[in-house]
Amino acid sequence: MERKDWPLWEVFVRSKAGLSHKHAGSLHAPDAEMAISNARDVYTRRNEGVSIWVVESKYIHSTQESDVESMFDPNEDKIYRHPTFYDIPDEVGHM
Amino acid sequence: MAQEKDLQKIFEEKIEKEIKIEPKDWMPDEYRKNLIRQISQHAHSEVVGMLPEGNWITRAPSLRRKVALLAKIQDEAGHGLYLYCAAETLGKDRETLVQELLSGKAKYSSIFNYPALTWADIGAIGWLVDGAAIVNQIMLQKTSYGPYSRGMIRICKEESFHQRQGYEILLTLCRGTEEQKAMAQDALNRFWWPSLMMFGPSDKDSAHSAQSMAWKIKRMGNDDLRQKFIDQTVPQANFLGLTIPDPELKWNEEKQSYDWGQIDWEEFYNVIKGNGPCNKERLAARQAAYDNGAWVREAATAYAKKKAERKTKDAA
Ligand SMILES: [Fe+2]
Ligand SMILES: [Fe+2]
Repeated sequence: MERKDWPLWEVFVRSKAGLSHKHAGSLHAPDAEMAISNARDVYTRRNEGVSIWVVESKYIHSTQESDVESMFDPNEDKIYRHPTFYDIPDEVGHM
Repeated sequence: MAQEKDLQKIFEEKIEKEIKIEPKDWMPDEYRKNLIRQISQHAHSEVVGMLPEGNWITRAPSLRRKVALLAKIQDEAGHGLYLYCAAETLGKDRETLVQELLSGKAKYSSIFNYPALTWADIGAIGWLVDGAAIVNQIMLQKTSYGPYSRGMIRICKEESFHQRQGYEILLTLCRGTEEQKAMAQDALNRFWWPSLMMFGPSDKDSAHSAQSMAWKIKRMGNDDLRQKFIDQTVPQANFLGLTIPDPELKWNEEKQSYDWGQIDWEEFYNVIKGNGPCNKERLAARQAAYDNGAWVREAATAYAKKKAERKTKDAA
Protein backbone atom coordinates (compact mmCIF):
# COMPACT_ATOMS: atom_id res chain seq x y z
CA MET A 1 0.00 0.00 0.00
CA GLU A 2 1.56 3.24 -1.07
CA ARG A 3 0.95 6.91 -0.64
CA LYS A 4 -0.16 7.26 -4.24
CA ASP A 5 -3.44 5.63 -3.25
CA TRP A 6 -4.37 8.70 -1.29
CA PRO A 7 -6.73 10.95 -3.19
CA LEU A 8 -6.21 14.68 -3.66
CA TRP A 9 -8.47 17.03 -1.70
CA GLU A 10 -9.19 20.70 -2.26
CA VAL A 11 -9.29 22.79 0.88
CA PHE A 12 -11.62 25.75 1.43
CA VAL A 13 -11.25 27.98 4.46
CA ARG A 14 -13.69 30.48 5.97
CA SER A 15 -11.48 33.18 7.39
CA LYS A 16 -14.11 34.84 9.61
CA ALA A 17 -17.68 34.13 10.63
CA GLY A 18 -19.98 35.62 8.01
CA LEU A 19 -17.57 35.33 5.08
CA SER A 20 -17.58 32.70 2.33
CA HIS A 21 -15.21 29.77 2.25
CA LYS A 22 -12.32 30.45 -0.09
CA HIS A 23 -10.02 28.01 -1.84
CA ALA A 24 -6.79 27.72 0.15
CA GLY A 25 -4.96 24.87 -1.57
CA SER A 26 -4.88 21.12 -1.74
CA LEU A 27 -3.43 18.07 -0.03
CA HIS A 28 -3.44 14.27 -0.11
CA ALA A 29 -5.22 12.27 2.58
CA PRO A 30 -6.77 8.80 2.89
CA ASP A 31 -10.18 10.10 3.97
CA ALA A 32 -12.16 13.25 4.70
CA GLU A 33 -11.48 13.21 8.41
CA MET A 34 -7.74 13.15 7.92
CA ALA A 35 -7.97 15.66 5.11
CA ILE A 36 -9.63 18.07 7.53
CA SER A 37 -7.12 17.45 10.25
CA ASN A 38 -4.20 17.92 7.85
CA ALA A 39 -5.83 21.03 6.40
CA ARG A 40 -6.07 22.46 9.89
CA ASP A 41 -2.33 21.92 10.41
CA VAL A 42 -1.27 23.20 7.03
CA TYR A 43 -3.66 26.02 6.21
CA THR A 44 -4.78 27.47 9.57
CA ARG A 45 -1.69 27.74 11.73
CA ARG A 46 -2.17 31.47 12.35
CA ASN A 47 -5.88 32.10 12.85
CA GLU A 48 -6.50 31.97 9.12
CA GLY A 49 -9.84 30.27 9.58
CA VAL A 50 -12.88 29.40 11.64
CA SER A 51 -14.23 26.68 9.37
CA ILE A 52 -12.80 24.26 6.81
CA TRP A 53 -14.38 22.45 3.87
CA VAL A 54 -12.60 19.66 2.05
CA VAL A 55 -13.77 18.03 -1.14
CA GLU A 56 -12.10 15.38 -3.22
CA SER A 57 -10.66 17.10 -6.26
CA LYS A 58 -12.22 14.59 -8.64
CA TYR A 59 -15.70 15.84 -7.68
CA ILE A 60 -14.99 19.38 -8.81
CA HIS A 61 -16.24 20.23 -12.28
CA SER A 62 -15.11 23.35 -14.02
CA THR A 63 -15.43 25.40 -17.16
CA GLN A 64 -12.90 24.67 -19.87
CA GLU A 65 -10.48 27.16 -21.26
CA SER A 66 -12.00 26.57 -24.70
CA ASP A 67 -15.43 27.61 -23.34
CA VAL A 68 -14.29 30.97 -22.08
CA GLU A 69 -15.65 32.95 -25.01
CA SER A 70 -19.08 31.41 -25.21
CA MET A 71 -19.44 31.31 -21.43
CA PHE A 72 -18.34 34.76 -20.37
CA ASP A 73 -18.10 37.05 -23.37
CA PRO A 74 -21.80 37.93 -23.76
CA ASN A 75 -21.70 39.69 -20.40
CA GLU A 76 -19.40 42.35 -21.69
CA ASP A 77 -21.91 43.95 -24.05
CA LYS A 78 -24.71 43.98 -21.50
CA ILE A 79 -23.61 47.19 -19.91
CA TYR A 80 -27.23 47.95 -18.93
CA ARG A 81 -26.69 45.42 -16.15
CA HIS A 82 -24.48 47.96 -14.39
CA PRO A 83 -25.65 50.98 -12.37
CA THR A 84 -23.40 53.39 -14.27
CA PHE A 85 -25.47 52.78 -17.44
CA TYR A 86 -28.34 54.92 -16.10
CA ASP A 87 -28.35 58.74 -16.12
CA ILE A 88 -29.70 60.17 -12.88
CA PRO A 89 -29.31 63.94 -12.24
CA ASP A 90 -26.92 64.83 -9.42
CA GLU A 91 -29.71 66.69 -7.62
CA VAL A 92 -31.39 63.38 -6.86
CA GLY A 93 -28.49 62.53 -4.59
CA HIS A 94 -26.89 59.17 -4.01
CA MET A 95 -28.86 56.25 -5.36
CA MET B 1 -0.22 21.35 -37.02
CA ALA B 2 -2.13 24.60 -37.33
CA GLN B 3 -3.96 24.11 -34.06
CA GLU B 4 -0.86 23.79 -31.95
CA LYS B 5 0.42 27.00 -33.52
CA ASP B 6 -2.75 28.79 -32.34
CA LEU B 7 -2.37 27.39 -28.87
CA GLN B 8 1.24 28.50 -28.78
CA LYS B 9 0.10 31.98 -29.78
CA ILE B 10 -2.58 32.12 -27.08
CA PHE B 11 0.01 30.99 -24.54
CA GLU B 12 2.50 33.64 -25.60
CA GLU B 13 -0.15 36.35 -25.51
CA LYS B 14 -1.03 35.43 -21.96
CA ILE B 15 2.61 35.59 -20.90
CA GLU B 16 2.93 38.93 -22.65
CA LYS B 17 -0.19 40.34 -20.96
CA GLU B 18 0.74 39.02 -17.51
CA ILE B 19 -2.22 36.62 -17.46
CA LYS B 20 -1.38 33.63 -15.28
CA ILE B 21 -1.12 30.19 -16.87
CA GLU B 22 -3.39 27.69 -15.08
CA PRO B 23 -3.09 23.87 -14.84
CA LYS B 24 -5.68 23.08 -17.53
CA ASP B 25 -4.34 25.64 -20.01
CA TRP B 26 -2.27 24.53 -22.94
CA MET B 27 1.45 25.13 -22.37
CA PRO B 28 4.61 24.17 -24.26
CA ASP B 29 6.20 20.93 -23.05
CA GLU B 30 9.40 22.73 -22.22
CA TYR B 31 7.54 25.26 -20.05
CA ARG B 32 5.92 22.40 -18.16
CA LYS B 33 9.21 20.53 -17.76
CA ASN B 34 11.03 23.65 -16.65
CA LEU B 35 8.36 24.38 -14.04
CA ILE B 36 8.27 20.83 -12.69
CA ARG B 37 12.04 20.92 -12.29
CA GLN B 38 12.06 24.28 -10.54
CA ILE B 39 9.01 23.76 -8.31
CA SER B 40 9.96 20.25 -7.21
CA GLN B 41 13.51 21.40 -6.50
CA HIS B 42 12.01 24.18 -4.42
CA ALA B 43 9.73 21.72 -2.59
CA HIS B 44 12.63 19.36 -1.83
CA SER B 45 14.62 22.31 -0.47
CA GLU B 46 11.86 23.16 1.99
CA VAL B 47 11.75 19.59 3.22
CA VAL B 48 15.50 18.92 3.40
CA GLY B 49 15.88 22.40 4.90
CA MET B 50 14.16 21.16 8.04
CA LEU B 51 17.05 18.83 8.83
CA PRO B 52 19.87 21.20 9.88
CA GLU B 53 17.47 23.11 12.12
CA GLY B 54 15.67 20.06 13.46
CA ASN B 55 19.02 19.01 14.84
CA TRP B 56 18.79 21.87 17.38
CA ILE B 57 15.19 21.67 18.65
CA THR B 58 16.06 19.65 21.74
CA ARG B 59 19.07 21.84 22.46
CA ALA B 60 17.43 25.24 22.11
CA PRO B 61 18.63 27.43 25.01
CA SER B 62 15.16 28.41 26.26
CA LEU B 63 11.53 27.44 25.90
CA ARG B 64 10.90 30.66 23.93
CA ARG B 65 13.58 29.72 21.40
CA LYS B 66 12.35 26.16 21.26
CA VAL B 67 8.71 26.94 20.43
CA ALA B 68 9.83 29.50 17.83
CA LEU B 69 12.18 27.05 16.14
CA LEU B 70 9.55 24.32 16.19
CA ALA B 71 6.97 26.64 14.63
CA LYS B 72 9.44 27.72 11.96
CA ILE B 73 10.32 24.16 11.03
CA GLN B 74 6.64 23.25 10.92
CA ASP B 75 6.11 26.13 8.49
CA GLU B 76 8.83 24.72 6.23
CA ALA B 77 6.98 21.39 6.11
CA GLY B 78 3.90 23.32 5.03
CA HIS B 79 5.92 25.14 2.36
CA GLY B 80 7.08 21.79 1.04
CA LEU B 81 3.48 20.66 0.82
CA TYR B 82 2.23 23.79 -0.99
CA LEU B 83 5.01 23.37 -3.52
CA TYR B 84 4.53 19.64 -4.07
CA CYS B 85 0.85 20.36 -4.72
CA ALA B 86 1.79 23.06 -7.24
CA ALA B 87 4.17 20.65 -8.99
CA GLU B 88 1.48 17.97 -9.06
CA THR B 89 -0.90 20.24 -10.97
CA LEU B 90 1.57 19.87 -13.84
CA GLY B 91 0.95 16.15 -14.02
CA LYS B 92 3.67 14.50 -11.98
CA ASP B 93 2.44 12.61 -8.92
CA ARG B 94 3.77 13.03 -5.41
CA GLU B 95 5.25 9.58 -5.10
CA THR B 96 7.39 10.11 -8.21
CA LEU B 97 8.57 13.48 -6.93
CA VAL B 98 9.58 11.99 -3.58
CA GLN B 99 11.35 9.09 -5.26
CA GLU B 100 13.32 11.50 -7.43
CA LEU B 101 14.59 13.25 -4.33
CA LEU B 102 15.51 10.01 -2.59
CA SER B 103 17.30 8.59 -5.63
CA GLY B 104 19.33 11.78 -6.01
CA LYS B 105 17.86 12.48 -9.43
CA ALA B 106 16.24 15.71 -8.25
CA LYS B 107 18.26 18.46 -6.61
CA TYR B 108 17.61 20.67 -3.62
CA SER B 109 19.29 23.88 -2.53
CA SER B 110 22.99 23.26 -1.88
CA ILE B 111 22.87 25.37 1.31
CA PHE B 112 21.27 22.52 3.23
CA ASN B 113 24.32 20.37 2.73
CA TYR B 114 26.17 22.50 5.28
CA PRO B 115 25.98 21.50 8.95
CA ALA B 116 24.47 23.57 11.79
CA LEU B 117 27.36 23.23 14.23
CA THR B 118 26.45 25.71 16.96
CA TRP B 119 23.37 27.48 18.28
CA ALA B 120 24.54 30.63 16.48
CA ASP B 121 24.13 28.73 13.20
CA ILE B 122 20.38 28.58 13.87
CA GLY B 123 20.45 32.37 14.06
CA ALA B 124 22.52 32.61 10.87
CA ILE B 125 20.23 30.22 9.02
CA GLY B 126 17.10 32.22 9.88
CA TRP B 127 18.73 35.53 9.08
CA LEU B 128 20.73 34.61 5.95
CA VAL B 129 19.24 31.45 4.49
CA ASP B 130 15.61 32.43 5.01
CA GLY B 131 16.60 35.99 4.12
CA ALA B 132 17.98 34.87 0.77
CA ALA B 133 14.98 32.59 0.22
CA ILE B 134 12.65 35.55 0.86
CA VAL B 135 14.37 37.70 -1.78
CA ASN B 136 13.91 34.90 -4.28
CA GLN B 137 10.35 34.11 -3.24
CA ILE B 138 9.15 37.72 -3.34
CA MET B 139 10.24 37.75 -6.98
CA LEU B 140 8.45 34.43 -7.59
CA GLN B 141 5.11 35.78 -6.35
CA LYS B 142 4.88 37.24 -9.85
CA THR B 143 5.77 34.03 -11.65
CA SER B 144 3.63 33.27 -14.69
CA TYR B 145 2.26 29.93 -13.42
CA GLY B 146 -0.84 30.45 -11.24
CA PRO B 147 -0.48 27.67 -8.65
CA TYR B 148 3.22 28.48 -8.13
CA SER B 149 2.48 32.17 -7.72
CA ARG B 150 -0.30 31.55 -5.19
CA GLY B 151 1.93 29.19 -3.23
CA MET B 152 4.64 31.85 -3.12
CA ILE B 153 2.24 34.50 -1.84
CA ARG B 154 1.22 32.21 1.00
CA ILE B 155 4.83 31.30 1.76
CA CYS B 156 6.03 34.90 1.80
CA LYS B 157 3.42 35.78 4.42
CA GLU B 158 4.91 33.12 6.69
CA GLU B 159 8.59 33.74 6.02
CA SER B 160 9.19 37.07 7.69
CA PHE B 161 8.96 35.61 11.18
CA HIS B 162 11.61 33.06 10.18
CA GLN B 163 14.14 35.72 9.40
CA ARG B 164 13.28 37.81 12.43
CA GLN B 165 13.63 34.89 14.85
CA GLY B 166 17.07 34.15 13.36
CA TYR B 167 18.21 37.75 13.58
CA GLU B 168 16.99 38.00 17.16
CA ILE B 169 19.09 34.97 18.11
CA LEU B 170 22.20 36.65 16.69
CA LEU B 171 21.33 39.98 18.26
CA THR B 172 21.14 38.31 21.67
CA LEU B 173 24.47 36.57 21.14
CA CYS B 174 26.13 39.75 19.90
CA ARG B 175 24.99 41.60 23.03
CA GLY B 176 26.24 38.77 25.23
CA THR B 177 29.73 37.69 26.24
CA GLU B 178 32.82 37.88 24.03
CA GLU B 179 32.54 34.16 23.40
CA GLN B 180 28.91 34.43 22.35
CA LYS B 181 29.73 37.21 19.93
CA ALA B 182 32.62 35.18 18.54
CA MET B 183 30.20 32.30 18.01
CA ALA B 184 27.91 34.61 16.02
CA GLN B 185 30.85 35.83 13.92
CA ASP B 186 31.92 32.25 13.25
CA ALA B 187 28.41 31.36 12.05
CA LEU B 188 28.39 34.36 9.71
CA ASN B 189 31.82 33.39 8.40
CA ARG B 190 30.60 29.93 7.47
CA PHE B 191 27.15 30.84 6.14
CA TRP B 192 27.84 34.04 4.19
CA TRP B 193 29.25 32.61 0.99
CA PRO B 194 26.98 29.56 0.79
CA SER B 195 24.02 31.95 1.23
CA LEU B 196 25.18 33.97 -1.78
CA MET B 197 25.43 30.73 -3.75
CA MET B 198 21.73 30.09 -3.06
CA PHE B 199 20.86 32.41 -5.95
CA GLY B 200 22.53 30.02 -8.34
CA PRO B 201 25.25 30.54 -10.93
CA SER B 202 25.72 33.87 -12.65
CA ASP B 203 23.09 34.38 -15.36
CA LYS B 204 25.69 34.08 -18.08
CA ASP B 205 26.53 30.56 -16.82
CA SER B 206 23.04 29.44 -15.89
CA ALA B 207 21.52 26.80 -18.13
CA HIS B 208 17.90 27.75 -17.40
CA SER B 209 17.98 31.46 -16.67
CA ALA B 210 17.29 33.02 -20.08
CA GLN B 211 14.37 30.76 -20.97
CA SER B 212 12.87 31.07 -17.48
CA MET B 213 13.00 34.84 -17.80
CA ALA B 214 11.42 34.80 -21.26
CA TRP B 215 8.54 32.69 -19.94
CA LYS B 216 8.34 34.88 -16.85
CA ILE B 217 8.79 31.87 -14.60
CA LYS B 218 11.52 33.98 -13.04
CA ARG B 219 11.15 37.77 -12.97
CA MET B 220 14.70 38.74 -12.02
CA GLY B 221 18.09 37.26 -12.84
CA ASN B 222 20.28 35.42 -10.33
CA ASP B 223 22.88 38.20 -10.24
CA ASP B 224 20.34 40.96 -9.56
CA LEU B 225 18.69 38.96 -6.80
CA ARG B 226 22.06 38.26 -5.21
CA GLN B 227 22.96 41.95 -5.30
CA LYS B 228 19.63 42.87 -3.75
CA PHE B 229 20.26 40.42 -0.92
CA ILE B 230 23.76 41.77 -0.29
CA ASP B 231 22.55 45.37 -0.25
CA GLN B 232 19.86 44.68 2.29
CA THR B 233 21.94 42.37 4.48
CA VAL B 234 25.19 44.30 4.95
CA PRO B 235 23.58 47.06 7.07
CA GLN B 236 21.97 44.36 9.21
CA ALA B 237 25.39 42.80 9.80
CA ASN B 238 26.78 46.22 10.71
CA PHE B 239 24.01 46.67 13.27
CA LEU B 240 25.00 43.38 14.87
CA GLY B 241 28.61 44.58 14.95
CA LEU B 242 29.69 41.59 12.87
CA THR B 243 32.08 41.60 9.92
CA ILE B 244 31.08 40.10 6.57
CA PRO B 245 33.88 37.73 5.54
CA ASP B 246 34.62 39.50 2.28
CA PRO B 247 37.63 41.86 2.22
CA GLU B 248 36.48 43.29 -1.11
CA LEU B 249 33.08 44.36 0.18
CA LYS B 250 32.75 48.13 -0.26
CA TRP B 251 29.92 50.63 -0.69
CA ASN B 252 29.80 52.04 -4.20
CA GLU B 253 28.31 55.52 -4.00
CA GLU B 254 27.81 55.82 -7.73
CA LYS B 255 25.93 52.51 -8.08
CA GLN B 256 24.22 53.01 -4.73
CA SER B 257 25.02 49.41 -3.88
CA TYR B 258 27.86 47.24 -2.65
CA ASP B 259 30.82 45.97 -4.60
CA TRP B 260 31.93 42.60 -3.38
CA GLY B 261 34.37 39.73 -4.00
CA GLN B 262 34.26 36.45 -5.85
CA ILE B 263 32.16 33.38 -5.17
CA ASP B 264 34.09 30.12 -5.13
CA TRP B 265 32.06 28.40 -7.84
CA GLU B 266 34.16 25.31 -7.62
CA GLU B 267 32.84 24.77 -4.11
CA PHE B 268 29.28 25.35 -5.35
CA TYR B 269 29.49 22.76 -8.13
CA ASN B 270 31.25 20.35 -5.87
CA VAL B 271 28.44 20.50 -3.28
CA ILE B 272 25.82 20.12 -6.03
CA LYS B 273 27.63 17.05 -7.29
CA GLY B 274 27.13 15.46 -3.88
CA ASN B 275 30.44 16.21 -2.21
CA GLY B 276 29.29 18.80 0.34
CA PRO B 277 29.81 18.19 4.04
CA CYS B 278 26.33 16.71 4.62
CA ASN B 279 24.91 15.50 1.28
CA LYS B 280 24.94 11.83 2.25
CA GLU B 281 23.64 12.48 5.74
CA ARG B 282 20.71 14.55 4.43
CA LEU B 283 19.56 11.98 1.90
CA ALA B 284 20.00 9.18 4.41
CA ALA B 285 17.81 11.11 6.88
CA ARG B 286 15.11 11.61 4.24
CA GLN B 287 15.25 7.93 3.27
CA ALA B 288 14.99 6.88 6.92
CA ALA B 289 12.02 9.21 7.46
CA TYR B 290 10.35 7.73 4.40
CA ASP B 291 11.00 4.13 5.44
CA ASN B 292 10.11 4.63 9.09
CA GLY B 293 6.92 6.41 8.12
CA ALA B 294 5.72 3.60 5.86
CA TRP B 295 3.69 1.89 8.60
CA VAL B 296 1.95 5.17 9.42
CA ARG B 297 0.92 5.65 5.80
CA GLU B 298 -0.26 2.05 5.62
CA ALA B 299 -2.18 2.31 8.88
CA ALA B 300 -3.90 5.50 7.75
CA THR B 301 -4.94 3.88 4.49
CA ALA B 302 -6.18 0.74 6.26
CA TYR B 303 -8.12 2.78 8.82
CA ALA B 304 -9.79 4.87 6.12
CA LYS B 305 -10.75 1.71 4.25
CA LYS B 306 -12.17 0.05 7.33
CA LYS B 307 -14.19 3.12 8.22
CA ALA B 308 -15.62 3.32 4.70
CA GLU B 309 -16.56 -0.35 4.79
CA ARG B 310 -18.29 0.05 8.15
CA LYS B 311 -20.24 2.98 6.79
CA THR B 312 -21.54 1.02 3.80
CA LYS B 313 -22.43 -1.90 6.08
CA ASP B 314 -24.38 0.41 8.43
CA ALA B 315 -26.21 1.91 5.49
CA ALA B 316 -27.21 -1.50 4.15
FE1 LIG C 1 10.23 28.07 3.54
FE1 LIG D 1 11.59 29.81 6.04
